[in-house]
Amino acid sequence: MIYEVVPGVVETKEAYGETTLVVDPARLIDACLYLRDALGFNFLADLSSVDYLGWGEEPVAGYWGSASGRDLNAPGTWALPRTPEPKPKRFAVNYHLLRVDPSARGARRVRVQIWLDDGEAAQSVVPVWPTADWHEREVWDLMGIRFEGHPNLVRIIMEDDWEGHPLRKDYPIGGEPVRFSEER
Amino acid sequence: MNPAPAPIYPGTRIPSPVPTMLQVPEELAREADILEVNFGPNHPSTHGVLRLVVQLDGETVIGLKAIIGYLHTGFEKSMEHKTWWKGIPYAPRMDYVAFQANELAFVMAVEKLLGIEQPPKSVWMRTLLLELNRIHSHLVWLGTSALELGAISPFWYAFRERDRVLDLFELVTGVRMHTRYFQVGGLAEDIPRGFFSQCREFCEVMPGAIDQYEAMLTENPIWLSRTKGVGLLSAEDAIALGQSGPVLRASGVSWDLRKAEPYLAYGDVDFDIPVRENGDVWDRYKIHMDEMRESVRIVEQTLEGMPPGPWIADDRKVVLPPREELHTSMESLIHHFKLVTEGYTVPEGEVYVAVESPRGEFGCYVCSDGGPRPWRVRFRAPSFVALEATATCMGHALVADMIAVVGSLDTVMGEVDR
Repeated sequence: MIYEVVPGVVETKEAYGETTLVVDPARLIDACLYLRDALGFNFLADLSSVDYLGWGEEPVAGYWGSASGRDLNAPGTWALPRTPEPKPKRFAVNYHLLRVDPSARGARRVRVQIWLDDGEAAQSVVPVWPTADWHEREVWDLMGIRFEGHPNLVRIIMEDDWEGHPLRKDYPIGGEPVRFSEER
Repeated sequence: MNPAPAPIYPGTRIPSPVPTMLQVPEELAREADILEVNFGPNHPSTHGVLRLVVQLDGETVIGLKAIIGYLHTGFEKSMEHKTWWKGIPYAPRMDYVAFQANELAFVMAVEKLLGIEQPPKSVWMRTLLLELNRIHSHLVWLGTSALELGAISPFWYAFRERDRVLDLFELVTGVRMHTRYFQVGGLAEDIPRGFFSQCREFCEVMPGAIDQYEAMLTENPIWLSRTKGVGLLSAEDAIALGQSGPVLRASGVSWDLRKAEPYLAYGDVDFDIPVRENGDVWDRYKIHMDEMRESVRIVEQTLEGMPPGPWIADDRKVVLPPREELHTSMESLIHHFKLVTEGYTVPEGEVYVAVESPRGEFGCYVCSDGGPRPWRVRFRAPSFVALEATATCMGHALVADMIAVVGSLDTVMGEVDR
């Protein structure tokens, strides 16, 4: 499957048997329409976002590996502190596409990825796949990424008057601070 | 392979501008006497805490809005603060009826990132448990959906067999539900003695039980008039709305992840996928019944073909060593200590794994930064997407049909809200 013909593709990544197309956010609708109509990805399986705030600030020690897997026998790959590569922007929005066509051959799944900073809005793909409606509402609710062109962008999981976006990395997990009896 | 099915209705019935909301048309808003009613979140027929705000013109539903979020407990955020091993119990608690499919999706995603292979016994046992879970989920669906439409007897019959399935789970794993049995690399423990004979007895009883349920409902004139022609969803609309599982197959699309993207032992067992063309509530009901029969076939075949051998991979960096070794081997002790305290680390990367849960495509997207805790875990819940289709399936139907439609979409609010 040749993905360079898809309009707006900036980069193609292959890892763990999966293809990720990094798309310019300004051309997201063009890319999605092309993938749906010309390449047959008629099913939007999942639309989710990741917050990379704090990525790579603490080195992680352990058995790290590469896209082709872990290599236990390669010297120097064990328990050394290593910081992962920095990410281009704070947020990534992933679109997991699927070709629902029992007779199709070739790759069935592809991931479209766009990168956004805090405050940047993405284009809504509801005109392309109507199922994106609630997924985009959830991303807005929990991560705070706006979608331009969405017909009904209101909170879906949290209450309507909730403040903050809970799934962000700078939002606390919750709980109460422990108070010790000596403190007053 | 099915050719493109004939459309049930021409054009699309997906409402616009908001595809998931039925809005009262202008003319009716001015003239008719509209009553706005709240269904739920505390309601015996909404399959959990689902709130439907409906506008009624007499008995016809002309406006529908689904409001969710009453069961949100922050699974995804909590899992970011737990190690990989300790985060596994979160997954089955989302879809609390098809718990093992959820657990499998998360464990398979972690195994994919780690590049670890499970032994054949674990592959076949996971298949067996997943199909038993499918039977369990369909039984709960059958009992509750029939109960909502007023058929009270099937509830008791279905839960009689459901209890047998739960007894089987308890025999294998020690717990009836939320069996924390799938471990990264295989199974947590070996299969206990007595399971295979009890499972065989269950497989002999189950087809007769399914015949009993069908005798009560399939040709029952009340059931037929409540469910035939109700809740129509065409194949194009189903794909556009992201439907999967029985809802998609009832609309004529022959799509099942067990056949399209075989995982575990599904490539080695023989089974069919029931597909229907009408896309109404009765078709979804019939597909659930047929799927239960196919699941019994798969369980019988996995019982016959269960290979002997180890039940978990041998990779000591990820899997606990056997307890006897801790007395003699220093390395085993160190591995045990590291695994129990910090836990194993998963290489950096992102994967998306989808399994065919009884409700459809259950996907798990995992992003790892190379550390002992996940950076982001996202679960694509089929019930969340199924509720998006409520407005399309309803069209302008009656209140009583709304209950049938919501029931037939087979939603579990735990995975809707997470």
